[in-house]
Amino acid sequence: MTDEACIVCDATVALPADVELGEIVDCLTCGSELEVTGIDPYALEEAPELEEDWGE
Amino acid sequence: MKVGVLHSRIRRDEKLLLNELRERDHAVHKLDVRDRSFSIDQAGDQFATLELVVDRCLSSSRSRYLTAWCERHDIPVVNSATTAATCADKVRTSLALSEAGIPTPRTEVAFSIDAALDIMDDLGYPCVLKPVVGSWGRLMARIESRNMAESLLEHKATLGHYEHKVFYLQEYIETEGEDLRIVATDGVPIAGMRRSSDHWITNAARGAEVASIEVDSELETLVANVDAAVGGGLLGIDLMETQDGYTVHEVNHSVEFNALNSVAPIDVPSAVVDWLESICLETTAVSS
Repeated sequence: MTDEACIVCDATVALPADVELGEIVDCLTCGSELEVTGIDPYALEEAPELEEDWGE
Repeated sequence: MKVGVLHSRIRRDEKLLLNELRERDHAVHKLDVRDRSFSIDQAGDQFATLELVVDRCLSSSRSRYLTAWCERHDIPVVNSATTAATCADKVRTSLALSEAGIPTPRTEVAFSIDAALDIMDDLGYPCVLKPVVGSWGRLMARIESRNMAESLLEHKATLGHYEHKVFYLQEYIETEGEDLRIVATDGVPIAGMRRSSDHWITNAARGAEVASIEVDSELETLVANVDAAVGGGLLGIDLMETQDGYTVHEVNHSVEFNALNSVAPIDVPSAVVDWLESICLETTAVSS
């Protein structure tokens, strides 16, 4: 588990040990959805908005 | 096995799959489709070395195009382009199921507000209006009255993408907030679950409660027939129980199995990887 700063509110976001590039993590403080865009070093960006053709 | 995974956002489902593949020492190549372009004429060296590509794109348009692209370049891909194209479009899914004689809710398609209203009057209220492309219950509407129908159709026709002017209408089936999801590979069920919700939309992504079910022989036969009808592969088949038996209301080609895995007596990602390995063995045997 690694702690990173939320890019929206700067609160601490816990990344799981097996975090994947492209994985979505939630900031429990501000509720933002963040996408993991870097692993070494860790980087977070706001996740893209939902598109109409997303899903199963 | 050298396996490529086409993806964008990594859902819990992709993570389960990636972890299972790596635990079995397969060489996994994550292919974020947002980071690259795809030449129509050439596949490129990275794809040439892959024994199998697994399409896990979150976007159905990317899924449709890239499975077709893989097939154009003779890259083994699951699911197939046919399956993706059929399942990504509710009209095409309904046509395929109808042709195969699979029970589905009564479904009608219209291209004008007046024609849609005529159908809805005939279906009776409530009835259901769905977008032809979309998932997770987005933009689905239970139409309670003609007044509501008129308003909603006008909004869709005025505000929406052209696909929102394809009115896909279904009879409403009262299920008391429950339906079934079976996840299957090549028509063989891995496991099934019941989804229950206070809302008429019972998607697990929207918070429905899930419980494991036993897949009976009637379901097994139905699942095999659905698989054959839509092109086959790894599918999530959604059904409702009616007085006359099961009726199929959706088939998902980029199926999410995290919720099922949490309640099923079987390890779902493990079963999926078993299936991927069997496909890889088959394609290797054919090409050698």
